[in-house]
Amino acid sequence: MIDRTVAMEIVLSALREAVDQNGGDASGVNEQTVIVGPEAVIDSIGVVSLIVDIEQRLEMDHQVSVTLANDRAMSQRNSPFRTAAVLADHILATEREGAVS
Amino acid sequence: MSAPARPMAERPVMLITGTRKGIGKYLAETYVKRGYIVEGCSRGEASFEAEGYTHTSMDISEEKAVKAWVSGIARRHGRIDCVLNNAAIASMNHVLLTPAATANRMLAVNVTATMLVCRDAAKVMMRRRYGRIVNFTTIVDPIGLAGEAIYAASKAAVVTFTRILAFELGDWGITCNSFGATPIMTDMIKGVPKEKIDAVVNALAIKRLGKPEDCVNVCDFFINPLSDNITAQVVYLGGVS
Ligand SMILES: NC(=O)c1ccc[n+]([C@@H]2O[C@H](COP(=O)([O-])OP(=O)(O)OC[C@H]3O[C@@H](n4cnc5c(N)ncnc54)[C@H](OP(=O)(O)O)[C@@H]3O)[C@@H](O)[C@H]2O)c1
Repeated sequence: MIDRTVAMEIVLSALREAVDQNGGDASGVNEQTVIVGPEAVIDSIGVVSLIVDIEQRLEMDHQVSVTLANDRAMSQRNSPFRTAAVLADHILATEREGAVS
Repeated sequence: MSAPARPMAERPVMLITGTRKGIGKYLAETYVKRGYIVEGCSRGEASFEAEGYTHTSMDISEEKAVKAWVSGIARRHGRIDCVLNNAAIASMNHVLLTPAATANRMLAVNVTATMLVCRDAAKVMMRRRYGRIVNFTTIVDPIGLAGEAIYAASKAAVVTFTRILAFELGDWGITCNSFGATPIMTDMIKGVPKEKIDAVVNALAIKRLGKPEDCVNVCDFFINPLSDNITAQVVYLGGVS
């Protein structure tokens, strides 16, 4: 099991890398940074890469195997990927459920 | 090519579904002989052993099982180079005599499971920005064979899925193609009357049954590292288009 600090660190470091790769300024990335929607710091393909990157980091560095785009996540009214903080909480909830679906 | 002297870490890793019997077994035996690390699966136990071959007994239509299978492979080998989505089920029946459960099962194994294996393997392939995916379809869709409507529909879905997947994964150096065989004498078609198979074969440009070697030949082309500009295609045997 990982704790929230670790989940947040994974999200922020993956997000900084994604913004960087997109040619953006990653220095302002924090817990409130918007990932999905009109104010997002990355485009929709960037979101796909980010989610996969986070899953791979969880798997390789923490032996945590989760599918973040699971049924519960995708049926929520508000995206569980909308900000860095919401995404970190979603990682923890998904890990707790041991859920891939 | 005979057994490799290459260290494990340099050997390409290939996932093949449905390797207990039929075409999948032939593919697994062929590629392991050529030096690939082959990770195979089917619901049943392995029917052969070989250095470099690992078998997992699982149902590919179960999302958690597929995820666990692919995660385990990624942990052990750190890479996935090729995926051959070969496993499938068929039920040759007039549509008026086909229960919903049969249709749903065929869609789950032939379409959804193919998508699940592609999805989880592609996430691993993305790390190295390289991958080759070959999904198995059939000629019964383009030739419009009566008695196989749902099976053909499921395989038509595989072709469309693969074509669009190619566009979704192209940015990561992953190619996705479909391969459709003509009749090959495996358990899958053993219940089909001989006259029906003969009629299909006689309508082909090349009037012979397909062979597992034909399947390897097409896969070889698609998985070649030089085929990095070959994607979203479908190749049928025997002259079908
Ligand atoms: N033979 C032909 O004439 C022909 C023609 C055109 C295309 N194809 C295609 O070629 C591919 C291979 O066909 P085949 O003739 O070799 O079929 P087959 O002899 O019936 O073998 C099917 C393989 O898939 C496995 N399998 C089936 N359901 C599975 C599941 N839910 N989870 C995991 N593994 C599963 C089976 O093993 P278990 O029973 O142990 O699970 C078996 O190893 C299929 O995609 C088929 O549509 C075949």
